[in-house]
Amino acid sequence: MTRPRFALLMAVLAAGLLASMTFAVMVGSVDITPRLIWEVIFSKLGIFIATDASKAQTVIIWDIRFPRILLAAIAGAALAICGAAIQALVKNSIADPYILGVSSGASVGAASVILLGAFSVLGVYAISLAAFLGAIFAVMIVFILARVNGRLSVIRLLLAGIAVSMVLSAITNFMLMMSKQQGGIQAVMHWMLGSLAGAKWSNLGIPFFSLLLVFILLIMNYRQLNALLIGEETAATLGVNLDLFRIFIILFVSLLTGVVVAVSGSIGFVGLIIPHIVRMMVGSNYKVVLPISALMGAIFLVWADMAARIVMAPEEMPIGIITAICGSPFFIWMLRRKRYSFGDGE
Amino acid sequence: MIQVKNMSFSVPDKQILNNITFSVEQGKFVGIIGPNGSGKSTMLKIIYRHLKQTSGLVTLYEKDILDISQKKLAQELAVVSQETPVLFDFTVKDLVMMGRTPYKKWLAADNQEDFAIVEESMMLANVLHLENRTFSQLSGGEKKRVMLARALAQQANILILDEPTNHLDIEHQYQLMDLVKELPITIVAALHDLNLAAGYCDELLVMNHGALYTAGTPEQVLTEETLREVFRMLAGVSKNPFTKKLHLFFYTND
Repeated sequence: MTRPRFALLMAVLAAGLLASMTFAVMVGSVDITPRLIWEVIFSKLGIFIATDASKAQTVIIWDIRFPRILLAAIAGAALAICGAAIQALVKNSIADPYILGVSSGASVGAASVILLGAFSVLGVYAISLAAFLGAIFAVMIVFILARVNGRLSVIRLLLAGIAVSMVLSAITNFMLMMSKQQGGIQAVMHWMLGSLAGAKWSNLGIPFFSLLLVFILLIMNYRQLNALLIGEETAATLGVNLDLFRIFIILFVSLLTGVVVAVSGSIGFVGLIIPHIVRMMVGSNYKVVLPISALMGAIFLVWADMAARIVMAPEEMPIGIITAICGSPFFIWMLRRKRYSFGDGE
Repeated sequence: MIQVKNMSFSVPDKQILNNITFSVEQGKFVGIIGPNGSGKSTMLKIIYRHLKQTSGLVTLYEKDILDISQKKLAQELAVVSQETPVLFDFTVKDLVMMGRTPYKKWLAADNQEDFAIVEESMMLANVLHLENRTFSQLSGGEKKRVMLARALAQQANILILDEPTNHLDIEHQYQLMDLVKELPITIVAALHDLNLAAGYCDELLVMNHGALYTAGTPEQVLTEETLREVFRMLAGVSKNPFTKKLHLFFYTND
């Protein structure tokens, strides 16, 4: 992909993201005009603009809808780049950010808070913290299991991820089975399918800065990611320190995925399909794949969250259902196409 | 420039390489020949540090390669392995550009020098006309040449080739060997075709059952006895009337 085409695509996607976010703020039980949205945002950012927005409208735009939409964009971008990085790491196109056990570990954490009341001293942050700890704990176990004789093998990593996920899912299911609280069970189910309803300004900071950090680290290492895609042996002969680089990717990707899952539950599918769509559009060069994935992931999740809010209003649909229902048919269409290589070298 | 001293390699229950010692001089084209399973690829993998020897030493400019950083080693030594790439899809140009990886610091952009080197490497490997094609659309021979161009872009002093002519038709086999032979660098190549090895290599190492059977010029090494003992083939040793290089004629007693 040539430089001007890349720049154009980035500009179009960035504009698309802004437009999607504006539209997403408009949608809801209270109608709001786009003009009002930008007036409120600019005035909140300290740029003085006279606004006709009433107090209630300001609260709806700035304190209720906007943080949620921002979180959708952050989570979408984060899951998409994590998916892209993990697919390069394990050289497998069916991998997603949860393949190392992040979501099942987080589910155990969240379920034990909701059903058993663990960490209750932490109040509203208990679920997030427990989910994050569960995620990191799961990845650590997977990592230790996959390391044999000081070497990390990719296939062991994948299989250990599957094994650990199974055990942890069993634990979550056991807790659900044994629980007598109907409300708690529903809350856990909701959490596992993902929801951005918990977004507040106060819990956007950590996800945003984690995304920024990991994105910068990954883009700085795009050459190494590319080299990994050609093969481990080749990557090593191109000067990539395989062991160190893998640990580096696992560490930062798990961290970011863990943070996102902690605030939004385990939203599936984004991390799997967005990197594929992006590679189909622009090829496999990670210098291009990473930024485009981030923007596409953000746009996708903003729309998915919008759908989650409105399809069953005033009830909320878990966003994971939306991403799967919208994502799968597209994915199936894509894998039927002959032109796109899924990485089997055909 | 490369020295291998008493190199052994074993996996549980099996000794793969047994006490191998040899050295490669600068600028030479060294061929490694031997039957399947004689340890050619394993030995090359140890030299380019993908595997670690059980005992013994590999040195580059008299320095243990295990003490050389991965990046530094990649600047000295380029490899075209048997690994069949490529996951996902890269253009030929992007792939060859990856050869510049060992010279790049974090965030450093590709500069004019890199583009010039990449173009020159593609020209040398005769793939310049394919630069905007995607790798998966290429034929086997074209893919091999692209991987060679990528290794050339590494601008290393040593090029290691593991059965580079595998899967190539006869024209491309010779084309590739001609190209490699012309390079002003040290080449170490595992080869299957003995006549190709005889025609192009300055020196041959013969491997058998994980040990070095003999080494020397093609004339010294490719004798009826070696062929019988190592390759279990009857052969007449003659000369190619056109190239005046040693040539082998194989036959069986049936």
